[in-house]
Amino acid sequence: MSNKQINWFKFASPQAFYPLAGRMIPWFWGLAAVFGIAGLYIGFLVAPTDAQQGEGYRIIFLHVPASWMSMFIYLVMAFWAGLGLAFNFRLSGMMASALAPTGALFAFLSLWTGALWGKPMWGAWWVWDARLTSELILLFLYVGFIALQSAIDDPRRADKAGAILALVGVVNVPIIYFSVKWWNTLHQGSSVSLTKSPSMAMTMLWGMLLCALACWMYAIAVALMRVRTIMLERERHTDWVRAELRELCEPAGGE
Amino acid sequence: MLKLVHAIISRDLRLAMRRRADIVSALFFFIIVVSLFPLGVGPEPELLRKLAPGVLWVAALLATMLSLPRLFADDHRDGTLEQLALAPQPLGLIVLGKVVAHWLVSGLPLALLAPVLGLQFDLSSDALWVLSSTLLIGTPALSGIGAIGAALTLGVRGGGVLLSLLVLPLYIPVLIFGAGAVDATVTGLGAQAHLSLLGALTLGGVFFAPWPTAAALRIALD
Amino acid sequence: MYWNSFSEFLAMGSHGLYVWGSVGVMTVAMILEPVLLIKGQKELISRLKRQFRAERSEQRVGRNADRATPSQG
Repeated sequence: MSNKQINWFKFASPQAFYPLAGRMIPWFWGLAAVFGIAGLYIGFLVAPTDAQQGEGYRIIFLHVPASWMSMFIYLVMAFWAGLGLAFNFRLSGMMASALAPTGALFAFLSLWTGALWGKPMWGAWWVWDARLTSELILLFLYVGFIALQSAIDDPRRADKAGAILALVGVVNVPIIYFSVKWWNTLHQGSSVSLTKSPSMAMTMLWGMLLCALACWMYAIAVALMRVRTIMLERERHTDWVRAELRELCEPAGGE
Repeated sequence: MLKLVHAIISRDLRLAMRRRADIVSALFFFIIVVSLFPLGVGPEPELLRKLAPGVLWVAALLATMLSLPRLFADDHRDGTLEQLALAPQPLGLIVLGKVVAHWLVSGLPLALLAPVLGLQFDLSSDALWVLSSTLLIGTPALSGIGAIGAALTLGVRGGGVLLSLLVLPLYIPVLIFGAGAVDATVTGLGAQAHLSLLGALTLGGVFFAPWPTAAALRIALD
Repeated sequence: MYWNSFSEFLAMGSHGLYVWGSVGVMTVAMILEPVLLIKGQKELISRLKRQFRAERSEQRVGRNADRATPSQG
């Protein structure tokens, strides 16, 4: 009892992280459900209508969290990638590859909901607005990362090459965003700005934050699930995977 | 240090001169792609003037992509790259030399050829000058950023397509400022701001890109 | 509660198609992703188990053969 200090590096090994992640996943699912229900309740049932945009504005309760998560996941991915390059943790490369598909999914959802929002607001499914364009480029970056990793057979090399790409991407994202913004102001495609709705009511803000939290918890849960699969796949020749699977076998196998 | 870079450049140039057909093919690719656009959208001079900056720049990006897979592949195949990686000099400098050589045989000819193609699009002589100088200033960044992608995809199956998937999104800022400068000249606004930003991108690209490229090469050689 | 009736809620002030289109796709995507993951993990586990079982039985056969050969000879 006296020795309560946790050795965090212990969890950096797949062997220790695998069961830990398994125990954490239900909690994150629970939190995602609670936040999601609360956020959608506020967003769709409590929040008043927006004076300018009518009821269509309720898409922001999905669109903004999805865009936030797509950007945030890229940052987290680059963070894991950098950690993996610097300290050679096996876990960090796996985390980066586990996060990428979820990030790409959120980028896609952000574009999808953005299109469905843009149609009633701007009268067009797609507008070359700086934010939408940057989101599209972010999706390209995710696709490039996933394609590079899946093209390389050796997982160690795939991790490292992906890490370099993620870091180069994360340095470039602000430059890309700035250049797209510059391009956008010069060409003045759209004059309506979405986040500039001047007085966002407190209830709307709360709804959005809760939805964003729900997406965050969802992303963690899904990434942990995916990282567990990646661990089993990559470490299938090790003893701990055998032990883990035999344990899984027992209830069914009897003997 | 400079001597090393110089030696790499002259070596790569000598090798490139032996394969002149590759350079010429990339240039003709550029010419053909640019010439296809008027056939696709119609010959109205007004429309062509509007399209010219974007079309020429996008074609330049694609033409640069063509020669990128070969940037390290030949040296990798005959083992030269491993020798270079073992050399006491920093690999980043060697990469810098190769990037400069790549630009000399891919970017520079494009910049020199572009004004002639600009005539097809009815650009004014001012715009032609600016077009040529944006390509001169901007294409080194393309070679620099492209080198990262070439190193990452070295020896990977489906390397060529994958390379464009990785590199083209990163080319977007160069495209925006390069085409934007020509566009600004055509519409009568000054191109100064665009040109300085393009110069900043090139400086950043050429001096920072060799280091991740070197890291990626070491991973590929492991 | 902001809405007067359920049909009003569904109509979303004539933007129903857009709002429910986003909600629908997002929900489907966020359900499909974990379902596919669970399926993939199950498949992987059964594949690995089959592989391990095959290896173990191979070893057993090998050991039996080792034991069998001297008695025969």
